[in-house]
Amino acid sequence: MAEQVSTMTPGNVWKLLVKPGDKVKAGDVLFILEVMKTEVPHAAESDGTVTAVHITEGQEGVDAGMIAVEIG
Amino acid sequence: MKKILIANRGEIACRIIASCRRLGIATVAVHSEADAKALHATLADAAVAIGPAPARQSYLVADTILKAARDSGADAIHPGYGFLAENPDFARRVTGAGLVWIGPTPESIEAMGDKERARAIAQAAGVPVLAGSRRFAVGATEGLEAAAQKVGFPLLVKAAAGGGGIGMRRVDAAEQLAGVVEATQALAAKSFGDGTIYLERLVERARHIEIQVFGFGDGRAVHMFERECSIQRRYQKILEESRAPNLPAAMLAAMAEAAVSLAATQRYRGAGTVEFIVDDDRDDFHFLEMNTRIQVEHPVTEMITGLDLVALQIRLAAGEPLAEIRQDAIEARGHAIEARIYAENPAKNFMPSPGPLTLFRLPPAGPSLRIDTGVREGDSISFHYDPMIAKMIAHGIDRATAIGRLLKALEATRIEGVSTNVAFLKRLVDHAAFRAGDCFTGFIPAHGAELL
Repeated sequence: MAEQVSTMTPGNVWKLLVKPGDKVKAGDVLFILEVMKTEVPHAAESDGTVTAVHITEGQEGVDAGMIAVEIG
Repeated sequence: MKKILIANRGEIACRIIASCRRLGIATVAVHSEADAKALHATLADAAVAIGPAPARQSYLVADTILKAARDSGADAIHPGYGFLAENPDFARRVTGAGLVWIGPTPESIEAMGDKERARAIAQAAGVPVLAGSRRFAVGATEGLEAAAQKVGFPLLVKAAAGGGGIGMRRVDAAEQLAGVVEATQALAAKSFGDGTIYLERLVERARHIEIQVFGFGDGRAVHMFERECSIQRRYQKILEESRAPNLPAAMLAAMAEAAVSLAATQRYRGAGTVEFIVDDDRDDFHFLEMNTRIQVEHPVTEMITGLDLVALQIRLAAGEPLAEIRQDAIEARGHAIEARIYAENPAKNFMPSPGPLTLFRLPPAGPSLRIDTGVREGDSISFHYDPMIAKMIAHGIDRATAIGRLLKALEATRIEGVSTNVAFLKRLVDHAAFRAGDCFTGFIPAHGAELL
């Protein structure tokens, strides 16, 4: 089942842990935003394969609600 | 001293401006692009733009801040807390530029910022320190196991360059040691650029008690009593109060004496805080670290002593003798308690909550309620900076009265647009165990279900 993981809050992309083609399981952390000096991990909700990544590590000022990682 | 540049933002910048105003000193604010209309930039007599929103491109750029000081004709710099406050190189550069640095000497900042040196200095000053090991750099961990056995389990693996709870891991048994050390070293190398770690005795039921000290720079120092800061979440303080409940007066006096001795031995200059960990099971205390800055929770001390710590910092830096600040003249009156209001969502694992402050109504301040904030209704809380948006400090004749007033103030608080921890704070302050003074660093995990 396809899943789109969106940013929960504005912030900077502190760590990007996946790339297209990676197999992920529900609960795996895909990327971590740095928001107000705090790490905000974003995890997959379902098992699958990463089909697209729309953010880059170190990217500054991403908005809330943008699709960051797609899982097929 | 006629004009002070404040190298900070938010509530502490506003609070420093207030003291400057009382002293008749002009102020220069610095601000990032995101903060052009921020309260601190509006309140100061002059404001200088210092770069883009990310702190490392603005509030952390020494060159730009020094240039702002020169261009605006400031003769001194107050760093507040955070940012450049505990950066000895910045302190040196301020002095080197012919400006007055309102803070401790770079030597003190450096010595206390290096945990191993701080420990050694504390030990030499007769201050008890927790059992600990030597340092282990990445790839140089021979003797680690023996050192761990000597410290005893459970123990903490701590990053030498860490702070604020970052880079600290618990180890319960020898077989976990190597893995945890390796992980902590990797994290520390990434976070601080230095993967060196050391081991330290873990106190199971700990209280975090700190002593406010003030040194005159000539080997004399006084204390301004303790602050109980045990109510924390992930090492982030939430409630602070003074005096500390449920601790023997003799222990508090011994801690204050130890803190003064540590300040005196290094000819400490200005405001500083000596943090201790109290073992609730064994009734002993040990030195944790010394913070060479004005702290977030300093208003608690100001409320019970009637002193203005920032004004004292400034007057000392200006060369005043401060003859009225004698230990026997410093008295604690009543009880004060501070709550930190954070833009965060307790229901979503305390996720930070930046956004527009569409409603921001706090109760009126007065003699028994102090409110320190750097934001106002209509402002936008940026994801670039700290989530703390206000501090509320209530005073009363005793602890129960102060708690009652804080609770009332929290109940009168209306904030919309961002999520906050106000409801969480109300449950915390009103919790029977908290009211009973049962403070320890594990309080929030222990009572989590009743607080959320």
